[in-house]
Amino acid sequence: MSAGLTFEAVSVRAGEAVLLDAVSCQAHAGRLTGLIGPNGAGKSTLMRIALGLLPLQSGRITFAGADLPGMNRRVRAQLTAFVEQSGAAEVQLTAREVVALGRIPFQSIWQASPSPADDMAVEAALADVGMASFAERAYHTLSGGEQQRLQVARALAQAPQLLVLDEPTNHLDVQAQLSILTLLRQRARAGATVLLALHDLNLAAAFCDELIVLHQGHLVAQGPPEAVLTPALLHDVYAVRASLLRHPGTGRPMIAYDMPSE
Amino acid sequence: MMRGPQIALSVGLWALLAASIVLAVTFGPADISPHEVWQTIAQHLGLPVQSGVTRLRDAIVWELRLPRVLVAAGIGAGLALCGAIMQALTRNPLADPYLLGLSSGASFGAVTFLLAGAALLMPVGAFLGAGAAMALTLLMTRLLGGATPSRAILAGIAVSALAAAATSFLIFWSATGDSYREILSWLMGSLSGTTWGDAGIVTGAVLLLGLPMLLAGRALDAFAFGDNAAATLGIDVVRLRWLLLGATALLTGALVAVGGAIGFVGLIIPHVVRLGTGSRHRLLLPVAMLLGASFMIWTDTAARSLFAPRELPVGIITALLGAPIFLLVLLRYRRAT
Repeated sequence: MSAGLTFEAVSVRAGEAVLLDAVSCQAHAGRLTGLIGPNGAGKSTLMRIALGLLPLQSGRITFAGADLPGMNRRVRAQLTAFVEQSGAAEVQLTAREVVALGRIPFQSIWQASPSPADDMAVEAALADVGMASFAERAYHTLSGGEQQRLQVARALAQAPQLLVLDEPTNHLDVQAQLSILTLLRQRARAGATVLLALHDLNLAAAFCDELIVLHQGHLVAQGPPEAVLTPALLHDVYAVRASLLRHPGTGRPMIAYDMPSE
Repeated sequence: MMRGPQIALSVGLWALLAASIVLAVTFGPADISPHEVWQTIAQHLGLPVQSGVTRLRDAIVWELRLPRVLVAAGIGAGLALCGAIMQALTRNPLADPYLLGLSSGASFGAVTFLLAGAALLMPVGAFLGAGAAMALTLLMTRLLGGATPSRAILAGIAVSALAAAATSFLIFWSATGDSYREILSWLMGSLSGTTWGDAGIVTGAVLLLGLPMLLAGRALDAFAFGDNAAATLGIDVVRLRWLLLGATALLTGALVAVGGAIGFVGLIIPHVVRLGTGSRHRLLLPVAMLLGASFMIWTDTAARSLFAPRELPVGIITALLGAPIFLLVLLRYRRAT
C-alpha cells in the first residue's frame, strides 16, 4: 500500500485505437506530479479514468491503497477534486457561488443552508487564489484567467487529498500561472497528492517534483524533471530539438528550443 | 438554518399566494367579497367560524371558482418547476416543457385516449405522450450534432409540429360538433370548467412529484459546468438525469391532461426568479414554484375576466407574455456565446 495515486497496467481501447497501453505510474502524496506529453498522448484519458469519468477497462487504480474507480462517488468526491480544461460557460452564478459548488459532496440533501465549515472553506479558497475581492462578481463577467482561478478555488474548497488538474494554467498570464502553481505546490507540501497535466515544459520543470511522460498511450518515463527531461526524450516524444540549461537560481532544468532550420 | 432574507422572501411569497387565491376567487360575474371567500373556505375546512354566506354564494366559491384557482396555482407551480429543472439538466436557458415539445406530445397522448373513449385515462395518455416527445426531442438533438440550446429548440419545434399535426388529424377524423370546440379550446390551454377532481390531479401531481424534485436542488447546481463537473462532485449523473426527466414528463403529462398545453410559464418564471435570487437551485426551485402559482392564478383570472362573459384560453395570454421573454433570452444567449 502506498500513499498517493497508483496506476497499475491501465489500458483503454476505443474501438481499434489504443488510448492507453498498460500504463503503470504513481503520483506520490506530498509531491507535485506533472503529466506531460503531446496532444493525444493519453493525459486526459488517464486523469478521467482515475476520477471515474471514463470506465476502467483493465488494470487497477488505487488512492492510498483504496480502489479509486470503484469507490462510492460521494466518498470519492470528498477525497478527490478535478479541474477540467475550462469551456466557456453561460453560468449565472457569482464567484463565491461557483467556489461553493465544491462543498456539495459534504452537504446532505436535507440540509437547507451551508454549514459554517462550508462557508470557511469557501472563503479560504477564494483568498488562496486571490479572488476574495471578486466574490460577489458574476462569473460570466470575469476574464478567462479569473474564471480559471475560480475553478481551482472550487477544487480547493473540496479540501481534496487528491487534486487532479487538466491544464490549470491555460488562459492565465505569467504572473497568475506562477501563483497558481506555487499554490498547488504548497498544497502538495501540506500532504495532498497533486497530479496536473501541463503543456508548458518549462513550467513543469520549474515546479513539479516528478514528471510522468506519456506518448501515444505509452508511459515513456517517470522521475524528477532533471532525470526525465533530456534532449533525446524531447526529440522522441515531442519531435523537437532542444538544449537543457540550468536555472541560475534554483538549478532546475530549463529548455531552450532549437529553431527548426528554414 | 435559513438566512434572514430567505425567510422574508418565503413568507412574502406564501402571503402573495394566499392573497392571490382569495382575491382571484372574488373575480367574476357574482360579486363576492374576500371576507365571504375566507368564511366559505374556513367553514368547509371545518374551522369554527360564524358564516353568513348563502348556499348559492357558497357554491359559487366552493364548487366553481376555488377549484379553478387551485388548478391554476398547481399548474403554474408545476410548469415553472419543470422549466427550471429542464433548463438546468440540459444546460439550455430556453428549455421549457412547451418549447421542447413535451406539451404537444402530452396533448396528442391525451386526445388519443379521449377519442378512444378512455377520458378517465387522459393523464396516462398525456404522460406517455410527454415521455415519447421528450425522448424524440433528445434523440433528434443528438442526431443534429449534440446538445446546444438552438439545436434542442429546433428539435422541439419539429416534435411539436409533428405532435400537433397528429392531434389535428385525430380531431379531424373523429371529433364532431361540441367535442370539437371543447378539445380545441383545451388544446390552446384553458382552465374553464375545472372541477375538484381536476384540482385533485394537479395538486396530487405537484405534491407527489414536485416536492421530491425540490430535493435535487443542490445536485442541479453541480451541473453548472457540465456532466463531468457534476460527476466529480459526487453526483450520479445518469441516474439523476433519468429520474428528473422522467418526473418532469410525468408532471407535465398530469398538468397538460387538465389544463392543456399552456406555454412559456416554464420559461418566464425561472428567468424572472433568477434575476432576483440568482441561479442556486436550492432557492430557485421553490421560489419559482410559488411565484409560478401566483402568476398562473392571475393570468387565468385575466383570461376569464378580460372579455367576460367570453373566455380567452389562458395559453394565449401566457404566450403573449412569454414570446417576448423568449426573444430576450435568445438574444442574451447569442451575445454571450
